[in-house]
Amino acid sequence: MSRLTDANLAIARDIIARYPRKKSALIPLLHLTQEQNGYVTDDAMRHLAELLDITPAEVIGTATFYEMFKFEEVGTYVINICQTMSCALLGAGALMHHAEEKLGIKAGSTTADGMFTIEAAECQAACTEAPTMQVNYRHQYRVTTEDFDQMIDDLRSGALSGDIPPHGTLGRNRQNIPADKFVGAPDPDDVTEGPAWIPVKVDNS
Amino acid sequence: MSTEDTNATETEPVDAVDGDTDDADEAVEAEPEPEPDPNIVPVTLNGREIEARKGELVIAAAERHDTYIPHFCYHPRMKSVGMCRQCLVEVDTGRGMQLQPSCMITVSPEMKIDTESETAKRAQEGMIELLLANHPLDCPVCDKGGECPLQDQAFSHGPGESRYIEEKRHYEKPIPISDLVLLDRERCILCDRCTRFADEVAGDKLIHFTQRGNETQVMTFPDEPFASYFSGNTVQICPVGALTAEPYRFKARPWDLAQEESTCTSCSVGCRVVVQSSRDEILRYQGVDSDPVNHGWMCDKGRFDFEAVNSQQRIADPMVRTEQGLTDTTWSAALGAAAGVIRESLAAGGPDAIGVLGGARGTNEDAFAWAQLADALGITYRDAQFGDGLPASVLGLDRATIDEAASASTIVMLGADIKEELPVLYLRLRDAAVEKRSKLVEFSSVETGLSRYATQSIRHQPGLQSEAVNEASDLLAGDDVVVVVGRGNLAESADETMAALAAVLAANPSAKVLPALRRGNVVGALSVGMAPADDEHDGLATLRAAADGKLDVLILLGADPINDCPDTDLARRAMAGARRVISIDTHPSESTKLADIVLAAAAYGEKAGTTTNLEGRVSTVSDKVTTTGTARPDWMIAAELAIMLDIDGDIADVASVDDVTAAIAAEVPGFDGVTLDALAGERNGVLTSANPKPLPPVVGGAPQRNTYDHRLVVGRKLYDRAIGTAMSHSIAKLAPGAGAHLHPLDVDALGVADGADVRLIGQKATAILPVVSNPSIARGVVWAPFNQAGGTVEDLIDAAASVTDVKIEVV
Repeated sequence: MSRLTDANLAIARDIIARYPRKKSALIPLLHLTQEQNGYVTDDAMRHLAELLDITPAEVIGTATFYEMFKFEEVGTYVINICQTMSCALLGAGALMHHAEEKLGIKAGSTTADGMFTIEAAECQAACTEAPTMQVNYRHQYRVTTEDFDQMIDDLRSGALSGDIPPHGTLGRNRQNIPADKFVGAPDPDDVTEGPAWIPVKVDNS
Repeated sequence: MSTEDTNATETEPVDAVDGDTDDADEAVEAEPEPEPDPNIVPVTLNGREIEARKGELVIAAAERHDTYIPHFCYHPRMKSVGMCRQCLVEVDTGRGMQLQPSCMITVSPEMKIDTESETAKRAQEGMIELLLANHPLDCPVCDKGGECPLQDQAFSHGPGESRYIEEKRHYEKPIPISDLVLLDRERCILCDRCTRFADEVAGDKLIHFTQRGNETQVMTFPDEPFASYFSGNTVQICPVGALTAEPYRFKARPWDLAQEESTCTSCSVGCRVVVQSSRDEILRYQGVDSDPVNHGWMCDKGRFDFEAVNSQQRIADPMVRTEQGLTDTTWSAALGAAAGVIRESLAAGGPDAIGVLGGARGTNEDAFAWAQLADALGITYRDAQFGDGLPASVLGLDRATIDEAASASTIVMLGADIKEELPVLYLRLRDAAVEKRSKLVEFSSVETGLSRYATQSIRHQPGLQSEAVNEASDLLAGDDVVVVVGRGNLAESADETMAALAAVLAANPSAKVLPALRRGNVVGALSVGMAPADDEHDGLATLRAAADGKLDVLILLGADPINDCPDTDLARRAMAGARRVISIDTHPSESTKLADIVLAAAAYGEKAGTTTNLEGRVSTVSDKVTTTGTARPDWMIAAELAIMLDIDGDIADVASVDDVTAAIAAEVPGFDGVTLDALAGERNGVLTSANPKPLPPVVGGAPQRNTYDHRLVVGRKLYDRAIGTAMSHSIAKLAPGAGAHLHPLDVDALGVADGADVRLIGQKATAILPVVSNPSIARGVVWAPFNQAGGTVEDLIDAAASVTDVKIEVV
């Protein structure tokens, strides 16, 4: 279950092929496995180590550095409430307290129905919009306790499911580049100077 | 050490030229100014002019000029990372004084360095204060206390007091990260030394930083322990007490330890070590940095097998077989009995009825004394090996040093898996390959530790390596080629490896050879006289003669043929066929149990002398502790027997081990430089020379495998049932156990599950082993580790056969 499925293994091989060194594909593959299982499991990390020809210790070392990789099950909606200075001054503490009361859990844990996880977060880079929070990494600005309650109700009823995809789909959304926006790797023949990611029109005359 | 010496000689000419120009006259002035040495960079260190080397780190240049800069993460044998920030000093490169980590900046001309300025001092004190914000002050119960860089530098470079009053961080007290190493995360200062070692030096990236920020900690993957053969080094280089070794924990305080420099003799690499003891018991080995040999590293087997020396099982007194079995007796009675047995046999069958095997376990002096005794008695059946190595002629080739191998343009690996057999040589050659100094071309029938670093790893059918070499001869060209040749497969004749070596040397006659014979002092023993005169009198021939009842007396010098001869059946028949067996050994082995007279021998750490490593480097071993019981060194036993047998000559006339060392220097060709004076205080030992002799013609050429059989490869693992490992409880448990490793498709074809027993049917015996599915094994090959508990694969080996083919049946 927690190793990559055959379908995802095909995607993984595709991702690995994009990089000159296999090891570089580790982060996208961690997203892929999180998307599959909801969190990063030990077996999945072993599988990635096999695929990338590195040790499981290197995989866990890299994965645990990043807050967005989870190592145990989280809710469908992960709510990060900013606790840093601007937000704290504008009521983030009270917001967190309210959230805990409303959902009946402490920060860092998940509701029994598996819907919500709340986490205390560091600065979300929107200090002018304090207090802020993220729901599955979608910013919410100037959040009041009423906004919070409304949002929880909307998420429960499914009213927001078009706006906020369930947790763990970041990798998929990232890679779903519309065809007309897709640039891809330029043909090496097209590149004679300048950075490789900017297609260069060359006059060969 | 030696690099410093080299530099001293490099700088001398510059001084001399300066001196000449001072009192020179016009004629000299007309000469052009001497070119400044481009490798010397003049810098100012604390106001004085010093000559640094081009590319040298500031911290290294300062240390070389007697200015110590405090540091934790910097280690001269690993890449700098600038993790700990303790080595901040003020450096001016033309833009004014700035604080810089001195391990991350190389010297440049006109650089000014101040390691003692107010600013530098404040930075260093601040770093210590920060490190101690969380580091517990549990020095009184910490193994590192007393030899701890953090403790020492907190005194020498710390502020003396802390502004932090907060509660320190707490973690679960030590957690095992392997069977040998424990981690106390509270004490860790995140210097990255252990993790860098695991990655850069050992290549076993099984520990890694996990989490981040304040939570950062060194960790293994769950259920994947730090099972590196080199894990003990991380304990030695840990600058705090975060990593401790299970065999030494809470055994002693550093100030209670007395130490002496010595050489490790677990294998023939000859790593330089210090032996540390307390209350006359060896408690620890630490690696010492010998530039041409071990760079300060050791393998875990060498580091922890001192437990065997302290073992309760040691043979403490001589024993003679009576009706009650082996019974303790006095030395005079035992030696008298031994002399009587030898005298009787000389009278009855002459010197050809006596065989002497072994010597690789002892010192050069031990082997030399016994060789002298054998010479005096006219004994020709003698060998330090018994079918487990390569013919002694491999030592007579143009021999390479480890340094030459590690800087060769191409390293050709033939045979042995040196990660299992000669671990520190593996580190040196792995480094050469990883740093792209050398191309690595490997010929092996199974994957080895070096395969993943090889430019070309050529798999051949067991026994057909000469063919593989001939096909790949274009890879062997070049000026600077070193062949590392060992015995990779104990289930095939050594002739196959020798034929392949001959093929390599035919393809590239200028190639040098590093013989990867693995036993501790096998090269020394063979060099000082324990080499057989010809194939008719070598170790296997001796065992055959004994098995055929032609030997009256078989003398075993620390040899355990039943465990160490690949052909165990031959060894058993030899032990039964010899009329009398005299065993001189440290521990009861299967062979000593069958002996008639057992003489208790002193072990390493208990006797002084010299040892020779695989490149022919002779270095000292020291007698740190007194011997167990009444045990004596082998050379002393030889001398006493010589006196009892009324032999006139040098051997009966030695009073101390130094006399024997001097006699070796006087008599053994190539050892004339190995004098007591030359050895005294010489950490790197003295290199002996051998007159290159061409390889005698050898006929290899095993038949092709038929498709019904599997061809057997029996190779060594680092940990097996050999006495030094088996008697050391910490490492004995690491032996992998017996198994028949097969390619997964071959396992499927047999229709057995992984781990089920299969029967290997050979020409002369069968063996039952659990099957292990192993994708690194080629199809048609079955690989089994040698001398492991739970299997008898050795029974299948016939020393007379070129290869061993087996049929595999499901049990």
